Amino acid sequence: MARSIKRRSPHSVIPGFGLSLGFSILYLSLIVLIPLSGVFFKSAQLGWHGLLDVIFAPRVLAALRLSFGAALVGALINAVFGTLVAWVFVRYRFPGKRLFDALIDLPFALPTAVAGIALTALYSTNGWIGQYLDALGVKVAYTPLGVIVACTFIGLPFVVRTVQPVLEDAEKELEEAAASLGASRLQTVTRVILPAVLPAVLTGFALAFARAAGEYGSIIFIAGNMPMVSEIAPLLIIIKLEEFDYAGASAVAMAMLSLSLALLLLINGLQVWARRRTANVR
Amino acid sequence: MDIRIRGIHKSFGSFAALAGVDLDIHSGELIALLGPSGSGKTTLLRSIAGLEFPDAGAIFFGEENIAGRPIRERRVGFVFQHYALFKHMNVLDNVAFGLRVRERGERPPEPLIRERARELIDLVQLGGLETRYPSQLSGGQRQRVALARALAIEPRVLLLDEPFGALDAKVRKDLRRWLRQLHDKTGYTTIFVTHDQEEALELADRVVVMNRGRIEQFGTTDEVYEQPATPFVFDFLGNTNVLSGEVRGRELFVDGQTVPIVTDTIHAAGPVDVYVRPGDLRIADAATPGFDATIHGTQRTGPILRCTAVTAGTGRAIEIEVPHLHYDTQALRAGQSVRLRLGQFSVFARSDAVAGATPRDAPLLIGSERQRSRLG
Repeated sequence: MARSIKRRSPHSVIPGFGLSLGFSILYLSLIVLIPLSGVFFKSAQLGWHGLLDVIFAPRVLAALRLSFGAALVGALINAVFGTLVAWVFVRYRFPGKRLFDALIDLPFALPTAVAGIALTALYSTNGWIGQYLDALGVKVAYTPLGVIVACTFIGLPFVVRTVQPVLEDAEKELEEAAASLGASRLQTVTRVILPAVLPAVLTGFALAFARAAGEYGSIIFIAGNMPMVSEIAPLLIIIKLEEFDYAGASAVAMAMLSLSLALLLLINGLQVWARRRTANVR
Repeated sequence: MDIRIRGIHKSFGSFAALAGVDLDIHSGELIALLGPSGSGKTTLLRSIAGLEFPDAGAIFFGEENIAGRPIRERRVGFVFQHYALFKHMNVLDNVAFGLRVRERGERPPEPLIRERARELIDLVQLGGLETRYPSQLSGGQRQRVALARALAIEPRVLLLDEPFGALDAKVRKDLRRWLRQLHDKTGYTTIFVTHDQEEALELADRVVVMNRGRIEQFGTTDEVYEQPATPFVFDFLGNTNVLSGEVRGRELFVDGQTVPIVTDTIHAAGPVDVYVRPGDLRIADAATPGFDATIHGTQRTGPILRCTAVTAGTGRAIEIEVPHLHYDTQALRAGQSVRLRLGQFSVFARSDAVAGATPRDAPLLIGSERQRSRLG
């Protein structure tokens, strides 16, 4: 008797674990894993040496460097100013706040090509902003700087939207407590508020970075696409595809994929570290 | 630190949270601000702290008017209802925060800061938990960390905003007793806000009863309980029966009875409200001055029998508490008529008497058949 009761597997209150896990894995495979593994299989046609030759070609390296470098700079800019924007939205009331709040999501919703054309029109040497920058000797359009501008543009909502709810949750009482203990405004911000929102900032940073690294539509118009100077890796993939160099295209794709994965894992690790510092128990 | 508050006003929009508050608190006292929500007690506490700035009035710490000074210059220890601990810091760092943010000239050296923090952690009986994070502590422990953190800056006054509000009943009771002991040991002038009259009466030296932005009464716990200044105070501090009565000369007629209660302490004439607690209504024999009521129902709660009843004269629903010790409670059952004698009671001018002539909260008349013997 006792043995037969023991042998029963402990059932969870929520049924269907097997079914839902199976579905999740199948779904992930169909949507993510199989297409991505296709990239690996295609590039494997080149063989090890062929693969390295493609990836380490100077033009490809320059494109990868630009894509990831600009994405990184853009994400860093967003991490700082996106947090600032989120802070302003959470803490202050001002006329038109809801309108501005809606504007934040625009880079999400806008077709990327539209964004690219708009940015190009603004920043080209005779554009609204570009003409003044040009007078100062700063060229934005058709340079790596333009790529950074586009990366910053598309990444902003990621940081704002991840930091905003965390800031809203951060109790006003924490600031009051810090002030009652004699902390100045600066000390309150640096020692109390920023540590509390750091994990969210990192998440936003990671999302903005990932999005910008793979961005195509909004960048190619403003970048000018000069090989070795302002040509991004996704564009290089398209170029290779148009030349029917499918294996070469997937080799570049594989390089991007590996780099993205490595960087995202790194950021994930950072997040875990930061979260452990704030919450400690999970 | 003596604290004197003079004519504090504070409005939020059209709502007057504080409508002229004066208060004198002596150094080393433990004061409760008691009142229902919206009575202004928290606004008063936050004004003393410097988290709110009153529209008018002065707040003196000793001789110094600090009404316009920001909180960080006031050196007050503030403890929040929901602890407001810094989640990314462990217990030691939380407690040490107030010392570490001091300007370089005034900041003690780091080893001294740690030593001071450890002393305080021991004082709040959390020794050994220095490296824990707030999320690893229970509610009661968190509140004690918050207290240690507030004490670290050696505050001129310690302010606690519903410090036990978020804790469960058992922990709340323990912590309350412990806080009283801590206060007696450290001697900080302490003001805490509560809406729980039991908490205020048990913990405080003196109680400020607040209502609608004003102080209804300020006195020792005995004073506010035994001699409530207004119907509001009487009502807020415990269960209350309100009987109608009439004073003629030195005689009080309760509930339309013809048998008067003779008393010297009432100085009024005309219709009055008689306030009496359920435990101060005693069942007596028919010859005793008092009034009659019919028992409706009984309910035994521990050592006390609770009866609901209706008065014979004006038909008011009342509640009576009969201790088993003093009456054969077996004999009480529904439908029975009893003569009730008044123990301690307060008499207030009838609120619905001539409108405007006797505002409900203004004149007070205290009567008591037998002064101060609450058990007999």
